[in-house]
Amino acid sequence: MSDDIYREIILDHYRNPRNKGKMTDADVVIHDSNPLCGDQIDIYLKVKDGDIDDIKFDGRGCAISQASASMLTEMILKKPLTLAKDISKEDILENIGLTNLGPARIKCALLSLKVLKMGMVKYYEDKEPVTAEKLEKDSNLY
Amino acid sequence: MQATQIEVNQIRKDFPILLRRINGKPLVYFDNAATTQKPSSVITSISEYYTTYNANIHRAVYQIAEEATNAFETTRDKVSSFINAHSREEIIFTRNTTESINLVAYSWGRKNVGRGDTIILSELEHHSNIVPWQILCQERGAQIKYLTIDQDGNLDLSELESCTSNNNVKLISLSHMSNAIGNIIPIKYIVKIAHSFGIPIFVDGAQSVPHLKTDVTDIDCDFLAFSGHKMLGPTGVGVLYAKKKILEEMNPFIGGGDMIKEVHKYETSYNDLPHKFEGGTPNIADVIGFGKALDYLNKIGIENIRRHEIELTKYALEEMSNLKNIQLYGSPDPYQRGGIISFNLGDIHPHDLATILNEEAIAIRSGHHCAQVLMEKLEVPATSRASFYIYNTIEEINIFINALHKAMRLFRL
Repeated sequence: MSDDIYREIILDHYRNPRNKGKMTDADVVIHDSNPLCGDQIDIYLKVKDGDIDDIKFDGRGCAISQASASMLTEMILKKPLTLAKDISKEDILENIGLTNLGPARIKCALLSLKVLKMGMVKYYEDKEPVTAEKLEKDSNLY
Repeated sequence: MQATQIEVNQIRKDFPILLRRINGKPLVYFDNAATTQKPSSVITSISEYYTTYNANIHRAVYQIAEEATNAFETTRDKVSSFINAHSREEIIFTRNTTESINLVAYSWGRKNVGRGDTIILSELEHHSNIVPWQILCQERGAQIKYLTIDQDGNLDLSELESCTSNNNVKLISLSHMSNAIGNIIPIKYIVKIAHSFGIPIFVDGAQSVPHLKTDVTDIDCDFLAFSGHKMLGPTGVGVLYAKKKILEEMNPFIGGGDMIKEVHKYETSYNDLPHKFEGGTPNIADVIGFGKALDYLNKIGIENIRRHEIELTKYALEEMSNLKNIQLYGSPDPYQRGGIISFNLGDIHPHDLATILNEEAIAIRSGHHCAQVLMEKLEVPATSRASFYIYNTIEEINIFINALHKAMRLFRL
């Protein structure tokens, strides 16, 4: 089964992550970690007319968490920020091609999605508090 | 070598879980620093208590209550002699090492630590020997100072004297064996220095007591804490040892039944030691089970256990150091460390490695091992950790090494 998990594409995104790094002029920066394993993800967002104009992630952790973050940034770049609320756990697992992860490792795969959703809520909190509240409710964050 | 091997094969028969297969392969349990497996004698004793003499202890006069009280209190005697305490009154049952440390931070700390005082810890500590002292220091306006370690994880003892003499130090609290990298500290020497400045010393023995002969009379430490479940016993039983004089001067921890002598409307007199610190119905069944675990350890002999673990550690370190891209943490000398090996393999994250090893039915730990201060010092976010006990074998280490090769192949290392 680990042959399935650690396929070329996961290792490629782990070792050559896309959109990795910091952003100095981000509209939103959000951070979260997984206390169980210490995985950490920061996401930087630049938003233009409601779309994600640029996205960067920074962090450290296992191949699954880092590859998942890398693939998520590719998936969401240039799309509407509010689209984040509709991305489900299943979408992520399908996107990274790991649909049979155990409960301990699923958290690794989903950390970046959680951070992205938190970032979306944070972005709207100042501008449109009502929208932010609704987005938070619809996001299945917790 | 051969003699130990035969003995281990006998020992393995006493642990039913070792028959378990994962993914069709026999379980290789290398997470003994987290918790150990339990022999049949321990497992049976718990169900025997519930089946034949379940009753609350200490006050009832009927027969099964007396039997329960006797079984419970017999464990206290066994603990007392296992660590060579002066008396059974110095043995307090808690839930675990963490609770034992918190008990002292609360009951002793609040009375003895004040504004401007210092508590000395080391960079090797488990979170449970950091956080209770942080809580105490924040409450009392005191501070924590850390003894530093070198790249092999050895304590820099040159700082010890200057540290203890300068800073209004009220307590030194150190783990005898690091749970994350296995290093053993020269505890007897440190106690001697501490006492020469009149400072009491708390020993976190969670990792050392199950593996090293621990004689509190010889070490002369003021406090010692450890957990039954890391030494073949059930979860939910911890021990706090403290010198009688200190316990007598300490306030109670948890108020309630069993810890009192007389209760009146507005005042209470407390029970004698050790009951003063054991409020409420204790974990009777598991304390009885822990007694059986101590019987088992005594039968094997703690020195034999130590010898066996040195052999395993030596072999594992030799084999692992041949691997390309391996980073081993802790002392390279198997005599200066316990059977705990912390490592990283190339750029494979420990969680990925643990996932790959799990498919070979090998249970290792991955992460920061509740020692983030140490991880920061070593400049790694996480390590993988294999830790051994009496039932582990050289064959299992070979299986483990093969699995590490498999992981390297998967990650194209």
